[in-house]
Amino acid sequence: MEFELKDTRSGFGAGLLELGKTNNNVVALCADLTGSLKMDAFEKEFPNRFFQIGIAEANMMGIAAGMTIGGKIPFTGTFANFSTGRVYDQIRQSIAYSGKNVKICASHAGITLGEDGATHQILEDIGLMKMLPGMTVINTCDYNQTKQATIAIAQYQGPVYLRFGRPKVPNFTTEEPFEIGKAICLKEGTDVSIFATGHTVWEALEAEKKLKENNVSCEIINITTIKPLDESAILASIKKTKCAVTAEEHQILGGLGGSISQLTGRNFPIPLEFVGVNDSFGESGKPMDLMKKYNIDRDSIFSAAMKVVKKKG
Amino acid sequence: MTEIVELKKVCSQVRRDIVRMVHGCQSGHPGGSLGCVEFLVSLYFNIMKHNNKFNMEGEQEDLFFLSNGHISPVFYSVLARSGYFPIDELKTFRQIDSRLQGHPTTHEKLPGVRVASGSLGQGLSVAIGSAITKTLNSDIHTVYCLCGDGELQEGQIWEAIMYAGSKKVNNLILAVDVNRQQICGSTEDILSLGDLTTKFTAFGWKVLEVTNGNNIESVLNALNTTQKLKSNGQPVCILLNTEMGYGVDYMMGSHKWHGIAPNDEQLQKALDQLEETLGDY
Repeated sequence: MEFELKDTRSGFGAGLLELGKTNNNVVALCADLTGSLKMDAFEKEFPNRFFQIGIAEANMMGIAAGMTIGGKIPFTGTFANFSTGRVYDQIRQSIAYSGKNVKICASHAGITLGEDGATHQILEDIGLMKMLPGMTVINTCDYNQTKQATIAIAQYQGPVYLRFGRPKVPNFTTEEPFEIGKAICLKEGTDVSIFATGHTVWEALEAEKKLKENNVSCEIINITTIKPLDESAILASIKKTKCAVTAEEHQILGGLGGSISQLTGRNFPIPLEFVGVNDSFGESGKPMDLMKKYNIDRDSIFSAAMKVVKKKG
Repeated sequence: MTEIVELKKVCSQVRRDIVRMVHGCQSGHPGGSLGCVEFLVSLYFNIMKHNNKFNMEGEQEDLFFLSNGHISPVFYSVLARSGYFPIDELKTFRQIDSRLQGHPTTHEKLPGVRVASGSLGQGLSVAIGSAITKTLNSDIHTVYCLCGDGELQEGQIWEAIMYAGSKKVNNLILAVDVNRQQICGSTEDILSLGDLTTKFTAFGWKVLEVTNGNNIESVLNALNTTQKLKSNGQPVCILLNTEMGYGVDYMMGSHKWHGIAPNDEQLQKALDQLEETLGDY
């Protein structure tokens, strides 16, 4: 089945526009990347609720924290690199520790940012954000899911990190309401669980075809929320398959793989393989070429699954 | 409105609270706290229209944000003496299980605190956000913020100063505690701040200078003047020249008492200089 190619950041823009129409308390802040974040429609429709902060991300995070006092729900928009690493202390003190209802919306996450290269390709943001007490961390896989997640986080009280990306990818999920903290089983299987997040979810679905040819039945679970993790769904799956692969467009160290490893280690130790960037910076290139070179594409997921099934014995 | 003579009594008691709190836990920051007593007492006992039955949203009242969170002793004392929480709770300052953390936080739900501060340079941005929300909510009240002069060495503060000036955030008043001292020495020696009046003016702010920020009449005059200036469509900055350690002779005139506590003998020497006006906790 062919799916339309759409970027997740446009899903964010569409979700934000809809929120503008339905929730008067939603305000949007941007650090000079309105077009890249697809916030232009919101800006045009609701100019009084859109705040162009300029190239000053630290100030943007502080202003967002302050705007919550009196009931606004601020959505900040900039690249993932400038949404996390650049402003970590501001998020830590003024937002997370202060318990502020800020939605940190981060585009161009990971290596698929592509040609701009490693300065902009943050691969550490999930780890940075999941370590903050009280922070919810969401990584969506396509346009529809990003739009629905954007709408859902406005209803949730507390700080949220919403991670999405730049390239156009298959828009394969349905427009069902997003549930924070709920993993979604995309395909049931018996030999290996594949826990994927973000752009690697589609890659996992593609890997499944080749696994089937090799008589491996895989269960594919879309981890939409890295924190809080859907522990019961993950444990139920591995109790059936007895081995798992994690896949993410992020460093292996500190990302989804780490969270799942801790969960299984404590509750139900099984063989694991980790698909992610292995302690390395990225580089310039086409998104899919980079996914392949840095071993986070469908072939890498296939190989990891074959390896872990063999390890299980 | 509280009479000057009454405000001076509050100031003396707040100074006793500060040195006793810092002595009690043998840590904390007495120097900057003592220097900002007149400013905070003026705000909470005279200038601000505020509600000591605290709620986080703070609608239809003036709000204050402390950016230089290390001067928590003066903030806590003034909040307690204004009725935000029991005065007796001051004795828990920096102790385990206390709501009075070393630096102010919302985490332990201490009434009167709306954001955590301590890591410097962040409070003005938060105050701007709060001021914007007041405007969006058609709430005509004012947002106040205090930062230290050494704190102006942080880059984020200048992002915030640029924003407020450029976007004409005119329901915002920033006071800078110009005591010319920081942990390692004088601001002049560590990293000179240059001409702050010229800098703030160039960033689009209206600037008022208070020559003696430890004179309560001068502080009140300046704060009253800001009310008239706000309608000019500019944020207002008060450069408050204070003396670190003011009111305790051996703590004045040096950066030494920025962040250390007096011993028993030094405490007594300090208390001898500060009249107990409202009763110690």
